Amino acid sequence: MTGNIWVLAEQWRGRISEITYEGLALGRELADQSGARLEAVLVGHNVRALADTLGRADSVLCLDHPLLAEPVASVYVDVLAPLLAERKLAAFLIPLTNVSLGIGSWLAGQLRVPAVNFCKDARFVDGRLQARCVLYGGKIEAEVAVCGEPAILGIWPGARPPEKGRSAQPPAIEQVTVFPDQTPSVRFRRYVEPARGDTDLRQQEILVGVGRGIRNKENMALAENLAGVLGGVVCGSRSVVDQGWLPLSRRVGKSGLTVKPKLYFALGISGAPEHVQGMRKSGCVIAVNTDPQAPIFDVAHYGIVGDVIELLPALTRAIRARKPPADDA
Amino acid sequence: MKILVVLKMAPDVVEELDIAPSGTALDPRGQRMVVSESDEHALEEALILKERHGGKVTVLALDAPDVDEVLFAALAKGADRAIKIKGAAKGLATSVAADTLAQVIGSELGLTPADLILCGVQAVDDLDGLIAPLIACQLGLPFLGIVTGLWVDAPGSRAFAIKEYPGGVRGEFEVAIPAVFGIQAAERPPRYIPVAKVRAAMKSHAIECIPAPLPVNAVTPLIQVLAMRKATLAPRAEILEGSPDGVSARVCEILAGRDLI
Repeated sequence: MTGNIWVLAEQWRGRISEITYEGLALGRELADQSGARLEAVLVGHNVRALADTLGRADSVLCLDHPLLAEPVASVYVDVLAPLLAERKLAAFLIPLTNVSLGIGSWLAGQLRVPAVNFCKDARFVDGRLQARCVLYGGKIEAEVAVCGEPAILGIWPGARPPEKGRSAQPPAIEQVTVFPDQTPSVRFRRYVEPARGDTDLRQQEILVGVGRGIRNKENMALAENLAGVLGGVVCGSRSVVDQGWLPLSRRVGKSGLTVKPKLYFALGISGAPEHVQGMRKSGCVIAVNTDPQAPIFDVAHYGIVGDVIELLPALTRAIRARKPPADDA
Repeated sequence: MKILVVLKMAPDVVEELDIAPSGTALDPRGQRMVVSESDEHALEEALILKERHGGKVTVLALDAPDVDEVLFAALAKGADRAIKIKGAAKGLATSVAADTLAQVIGSELGLTPADLILCGVQAVDDLDGLIAPLIACQLGLPFLGIVTGLWVDAPGSRAFAIKEYPGGVRGEFEVAIPAVFGIQAAERPPRYIPVAKVRAAMKSHAIECIPAPLPVNAVTPLIQVLAMRKATLAPRAEILEGSPDGVSARVCEILAGRDLI
């Protein structure tokens, strides 16, 4: 039997993240395969009640302290590293999200143990832990073996259905006394809530998503025209918003909004996991991209291999011919 | 104030990526290398900080195909110094790269102490770790990642940073400096620099080359890539073929069939 399997139970603003349950589902498989225990590690302040939702684990290690109230990577590492060093562990699954990013790499660097990022799957093969990872914006998969324990696995969203990581059975809870640095070098000050945009993307039935393939700000008008005839709204991937072509309130993806419209046009969007995470549950996805190998075609229902700049005028014209825009009615 | 920017070259994922005959790495033949996207933002944020607070910007990169152009472009944009580390480990080992960079940052005259070290938050090939927290760990410096805004107080002893959270929420942090920041996006889009100015920088500036401090073969790998393949995540989309007018008509039929138009 190898060491136990740990899953970082990511909590943020009083809620357990969905990816935690994905990690618990994967961790459960690894623990069952190796005959080890699955333990969830819950770090925060006044989070004891959240532990009851982590019943897929055999037990929950609860690290509760006022200085752990916000997920600051260096402060978390400060309390997790000694715990990892003293307990026998085969793997520590840590969500690779905006909340927890950096914790795994820092732990691996400090403890000089193997780390594998972007993990979609993991299993033991002849007693050795192997992971399947998604690299290069989702275009390449890698099978990776780790050499040593404990392995830090950065879990990428979608590793398992979250419902497989849930259980109504309350787990055993172990309160772990921790002593974080009283004068941390990184201090949380406050949250800044998102500015209210001109529209709430989550309420829209039709979204026209734009990516780097739109090329420049002037071409955004082509997407606006299509959205206009469809009665929809233009949104975008991270790269388009970072370029300043759309406001932050229109960003779809891991660090933006998660949307589920009836129709989602993905125009010049490659399909990087950052974006796909925010739109993969759309009812119908139509993707246009010049690259036939673009990962967006694995998510889309319909695909067009071509240049959005050439296609958009024809598409807008064709739809307008069948459905006059509401403004013209 | 000294601002150090770590730039990393990565395969351009807009291009088609092929697997090498070994089956465990990308085929470098015909592969276009570009600076990692978030590293471009790290450089831009450094230049914004220089404009706002003064100071010197140094860009640092491991040797890689086309890295000279990237370093000269950084100089043309306003960086004051460019350093290339030759002979470092190649391939996917971000942890080894971080060790090398941390050693150079910690030991090279003129780089210690850099008040701020800016890296891109994540690269598309960061298989065995993220470079910013690894460098911070090696140097014993504070780290904050997913940063989209950064400024320092007047005495220069603290930085204030904006970090992104899900759903458009942002968090404001106070960080003791020197510190390492993983930049997700600069406050403004990376500035455009004409090719002519890059060429001018090639004539007026020089890249400092220094040897990598760690012998590559002394590093014991902690992970092993067994196989690589092109990803096939799900059944692929039904591909619509034809002229723009032809596929547009087909899209209209699909939308009408779903009562979407």
